[in-house]
Amino acid sequence: MTVTQGVDLESHLRRRLEKKPLLLMTHLVVGYPSLEANWAMLEAMDSAGVDLVELQMPFSEPIADGPSFVKANHDAITAGTPWDAYFDLAARASERFSFEIVFMGYYNSVFTMGAERFCEKLSEAGMRGFIVPDLPPEEAADLTAAARDRELAPIFIMTPANSEARLAEIGSHASGFVYCAARKGVTGRKTDLSEGVAAFLERCRTATSVPLGLGFGIRTADDVRELRGLADIAIIGTAGLDAWEGLGADGYRQYLKDLVAETV
Amino acid sequence: MTIPAERSPWAPGREGYYGDFGGAFTPEVLHETFAELRTAFDDARRDPAFWESYVALMSTYAGRSTPVTYCDNLTRAFGGARIFVKREDLNHTGAHKANNVMGQGLLVQRMGKRRVIAETGAGQHGVATATMAARFGLACTIYMGEEDVARQHPNVFWMKQLGAEVIAVTDGTRTLKDAINAALRDWAESMDDTHYVMGTVCGPHPFPEMVTYFQSIIGQEARAQMLDATGELPRRVYACVGGGSNASGIFAGFLDDPSVELVGVEAAGKGIDSGMHAARLAGGKGRPGVAQGYKTVFLQNEEGLMQDTYSVAAGLDYIGVGPMLADLHQRGRVRFESATDAEVVEALRLTMRSEGIIPALESSHAFAGAFREVSSLSSADSVLINQSGRGDKDIFTVADALDDNDWKDFIQRKSAGYER
Repeated sequence: MTVTQGVDLESHLRRRLEKKPLLLMTHLVVGYPSLEANWAMLEAMDSAGVDLVELQMPFSEPIADGPSFVKANHDAITAGTPWDAYFDLAARASERFSFEIVFMGYYNSVFTMGAERFCEKLSEAGMRGFIVPDLPPEEAADLTAAARDRELAPIFIMTPANSEARLAEIGSHASGFVYCAARKGVTGRKTDLSEGVAAFLERCRTATSVPLGLGFGIRTADDVRELRGLADIAIIGTAGLDAWEGLGADGYRQYLKDLVAETV
Repeated sequence: MTIPAERSPWAPGREGYYGDFGGAFTPEVLHETFAELRTAFDDARRDPAFWESYVALMSTYAGRSTPVTYCDNLTRAFGGARIFVKREDLNHTGAHKANNVMGQGLLVQRMGKRRVIAETGAGQHGVATATMAARFGLACTIYMGEEDVARQHPNVFWMKQLGAEVIAVTDGTRTLKDAINAALRDWAESMDDTHYVMGTVCGPHPFPEMVTYFQSIIGQEARAQMLDATGELPRRVYACVGGGSNASGIFAGFLDDPSVELVGVEAAGKGIDSGMHAARLAGGKGRPGVAQGYKTVFLQNEEGLMQDTYSVAAGLDYIGVGPMLADLHQRGRVRFESATDAEVVEALRLTMRSEGIIPALESSHAFAGAFREVSSLSSADSVLINQSGRGDKDIFTVADALDDNDWKDFIQRKSAGYER
């Protein structure tokens, strides 16, 4: 196991940030296009040098996702992606690869599993934390308590629509890192990074001391380069899936290498 | 008309919870938008002029108050309790949906927003929202599952004529729940100038409370009308339950009257054992969960994935139920029953023939639930059925359900006339 028990996600990220200025987090929807394809994507992420991976558990009502991920969630469910298949993939990946892994999914999956069991399963699979976009911090007390016992990081989201007071409130709950959404809306659409992103990240910095990841609309190596000196983690979501589907396996590997090259 | 008390019997507790259900599970990007909406609603509710302006608008524009009709022929047919019907079908646009929509329209004016969006299943809420938007001069976008667009085309026609943009949602099961997801996604981007007119007592706080507040006009009127007509309260009140807005509205008038039994009737579709139904509470098949921004009882599998639902009545074809109703069910204050498509069509046929009243297929569930029970009550008792909407909108579905050959011939001739 590459997992070192007893070290929290933020410490892992800080250690990596000592070696390079920017980390890269990539994403996949487990079960889409298939579990076999997922494994090939994870191998490509590892060999490219990706630092952190979100594994999304498919859900039937993905309200924070745009069209590409909505389809991916739906197709993964139709194909049949039970919890066991999800955690089996996560456990194999954390055993084999050197990136850190976090859960991404909707709260009904967590609620149905139960907070304790959810945290136990993440921990057993060697995962480091979780992103649950429809769980605001004020509803997360039970889950956060269960997570603390297992050194899992609840990763909260900050958005440009939040007031200073709200950012400070989220900051008071933050652990691991904060997922900063570069713009309003849902996943999958291009963001113009010249439009106030630096000022937004500055507001987030004021609200928390944990590392900041920037996602939503980060698509190209140029986008990643622009985040150097602004964010700690560049987050690639829909663009990664588009690359896999549009460029094929070889093109995907090259795409990831090009992204990672901008982080060192 | 009395202004609902600030601490009404349907007010939620902590953080928008009704017992174990409710809450607000929203993406962070909408946090400030919901805070703004809660503030606007609380301010409006504290302003006596607001409720008065709402009642005046409903009176001059929508035809309120709607009557309660005594149904002597139905009463004699069953030989039990006297049957009274609250006529929400006589609202402008033909259903109780107008109450909520016009109320939220007034709120939109107070907030100064210029655009409204809404989800719709059967299309009634979409038509009502498009009507309100036309009246108040607002831009309007309606999200409707692709499957519902195909099933309910006359409503699509009217929404467009009223100036709304109708977007067919092709995600998921392409029905109401997917339209709600699409509307929430629109709002996550457009909230600065846009209000989401949630059509039922579901979704994140404050929607369940706010929609109940506007729909409580039904129960408030009905309680007074029953006292006028009979000198006492009804023994039972029946309402169909999809999301639950018409039920919440009429039940709100009787929550403080323990002698009045409240009965919600869900869609049993082709039978609860067939798996093709939308009975979350009555069938015992629903489980607590969190989706579409709120906690309630959903029809879902053991890993929390939502299931396909089915009903002949598109307006009842939904995975969840209002959190207040889930709580009232848990506390035993509302009894939940279900009616199959076949029972519903029979109840509709009987009501049309006996009383010259055409209930919507949704409302016909409440009639079917009542018809099953009235003969076991005494003629000294009365029951009240909420006719949430009128059924002529369902002409295509009803004609199919009745297997009417004249209608089929007519459609074929009409279609032949359009051939190019």
